Amino acid sequence: MTAYDKQDAARLVAGDYKYGFVSAIESDTAPKGLNEETIRFISAKKNEPVWLLDYRLSAYRHWLAMEEPAWAHVQHPPIDYQDSCYYSAPKQKIKPKSLDEVDPELLRTYDKLGIPLREQEVLAGVSPRIAIDAVFDSVSVATTYKKNLEALGIVFCSFSEAAQNHPDLVKKYFGSVVPATDNFFATLNSAVFTDGSFVYIPPGVRCPMELSTYFRINAENTGQFERTLIIADRGAYVSYLEGCTAPKRDENQLHAAVVELIALDDAQIKYSTVQNWYPGDANGKGGIYNFVTKRGACRGARSRISWTQVETGSAITWKYPSCVLSGDESVGEFYSVAVANNCQQADTGTKMIHIGKNTRSTIVSKGISAGRAQNTYRGLVKILRTAKGARNHTQCDSLLIGSSCGAHTVPYIESRQPSARVEHEATTSRVSEDQLFYCQQRGMSPEDAMALIVGGFCREVMQELPMEFAVEAQKLLGISLEGSVG
Amino acid sequence: MLELHNLHASIGGKGVLKGIDLTVRAGEAHAIMGPNGSGKSTLSYVLAGRDGYTVTEGTLSFKGRDLMGMLPEERAAAGLFLAFQYPIEIPGVTNMNFLKTSLNAIRKARGQEPLDAVAMLKTLREKAKALGIGEDMLRRSVNVGFSGGEKKRNEALQMSVLEPSLCILDETDSGLDIDALKAVAQGVNAMRSPDRAMIVITHYQRLLDYIKPDVVHVLAHGKIRRTGGPELAKELEAKGYADFAQEG
Repeated sequence: MTAYDKQDAARLVAGDYKYGFVSAIESDTAPKGLNEETIRFISAKKNEPVWLLDYRLSAYRHWLAMEEPAWAHVQHPPIDYQDSCYYSAPKQKIKPKSLDEVDPELLRTYDKLGIPLREQEVLAGVSPRIAIDAVFDSVSVATTYKKNLEALGIVFCSFSEAAQNHPDLVKKYFGSVVPATDNFFATLNSAVFTDGSFVYIPPGVRCPMELSTYFRINAENTGQFERTLIIADRGAYVSYLEGCTAPKRDENQLHAAVVELIALDDAQIKYSTVQNWYPGDANGKGGIYNFVTKRGACRGARSRISWTQVETGSAITWKYPSCVLSGDESVGEFYSVAVANNCQQADTGTKMIHIGKNTRSTIVSKGISAGRAQNTYRGLVKILRTAKGARNHTQCDSLLIGSSCGAHTVPYIESRQPSARVEHEATTSRVSEDQLFYCQQRGMSPEDAMALIVGGFCREVMQELPMEFAVEAQKLLGISLEGSVG
Repeated sequence: MLELHNLHASIGGKGVLKGIDLTVRAGEAHAIMGPNGSGKSTLSYVLAGRDGYTVTEGTLSFKGRDLMGMLPEERAAAGLFLAFQYPIEIPGVTNMNFLKTSLNAIRKARGQEPLDAVAMLKTLREKAKALGIGEDMLRRSVNVGFSGGEKKRNEALQMSVLEPSLCILDETDSGLDIDALKAVAQGVNAMRSPDRAMIVITHYQRLLDYIKPDVVHVLAHGKIRRTGGPELAKELEAKGYADFAQEG
């Protein structure tokens, strides 16, 4: 590589996480530290029913006796849970009743992020393509197109609102997929969760637009602990998208979310994530710790849950979106692209638990490592004795860029049902000098060449994303790998 | 168009080219022949600017510009095209997407607007059709699962789409049966024009029955040992490279 290239690469490495700005918004923040008082404070802020406060407190007491998991292939200094804030919300004099009352600075922030919070006028016969719930630090600040959705009986609102307005649904399903005692981070979330989205699609309804939540961390020293609950009743369909960004900071910030999905008979949930939390700088300073528990329950017969994720951000990703396939003939899918560049560490994969008869699952994981990053696929396919005729196909591909990164594959397969069929394929490849030179000889810069080659590697996953998201994700891949050439 | 003076080049510290003088003018086709290991492929990589192929002495200029300070993609944008002996596979990237990215990168470097999707599709279809390449080949991943003939035909397609001013064909005949060879040669011949030059690198005379050179050079031990007309190729076919076995 020539000196010219090296300089260029250095410049690209130093650039550019374009969502790294901070908004000047006055916030209402809980004092640092975690104790029962903190939890009572959060619960009171949200005006929660007593059962929910009790739920939080019992989770907290359980958490005190738990130990942070150490089995993931990631390394970080010990996290001081007392050194973080657990609640931060933009100050608002009155709760905005419509979008016109939302703080203009907040609207500007989302504008800058490219997230439209203004509802477009709904023309006759043309329905909008996407409705958004915007979560800023610990609270949901706006949800668009609520009225249009309500007309179909669809509930799309912040979790806090759901706890007030739809207590029966919340009580019935909340914590039913990820119990409060599930794991260290999920239990912490169960104690201190703040806001997230709630979706309910009534029987037989096909949600006419993409539902989306955009998570933004703004405040300093604040963790984000969102909670999302999506229920697709019998024969319902919904496609849900999640996006996230955070300012550039030198400290690490903790994001420990819990997402629960429930699909009843013949229902389908498609859940897509483009995760772009601040990854830290090229030397590994700062960045978000993304320790997330996501799980879907295919409770009904012939139900289907698909997870599609493009993970490009975060200093550390620890995340295993899973499916519990208890309904007969239910289907679980997991499509993942995980990129780790510079000093990023990703330990991600899925669990497919086959319980019902003739359940099927598909796993396609594409891991890309560059710089000094470590990327691990960790997956479990478990077939219980009851899952007669279950089938799984797993494909894990790793792509290495440069010689200082690592890719690891840790697949667990447990089958107690002799009629089950489980297939696992894995490949590891390197972006070759030959490929780069070939593209350059055809006029492409090394960066364009890398984006093209990586795009090809990820194609199977990218085509699972909704159109608008796929274009965004493709660009994001290019940006996250900038500077990794040579 | 292309001027090499006393060109020396090495790979990993080992001298491979040891003083090459070559002048190629617009409209000409030059054949460079030679035994295995004579430095033929090295010459093509040095011209294209591949990393690891170091020029240690001498000069090389293309259209009056010094190639030494130019990156491979800048050389491509300036109109230098190398048809690979072993075209590279890129899984998951459709041929169509590859050609589109490539053509638009070169147009951009030349200060032209990128072609929109409709114009691009039209151009690619026309060019592919002229070479007898079907739509399905445009939709397949670049060179993945292509037969030897398909790969070389695909190189010819890229060349026809990018319209370079200097085409370097590196052992284009290797791995081709006679029908595939004819088809590729036809594609190459269709591109010959007064303002375009060709360098055909080959071990065998066979290819030169289909792509007729104006000048033939014999490269051995890193130097051009003889230069002549098309009759030189015939002579080599009859006598082999035995005359050039000794370094000198």
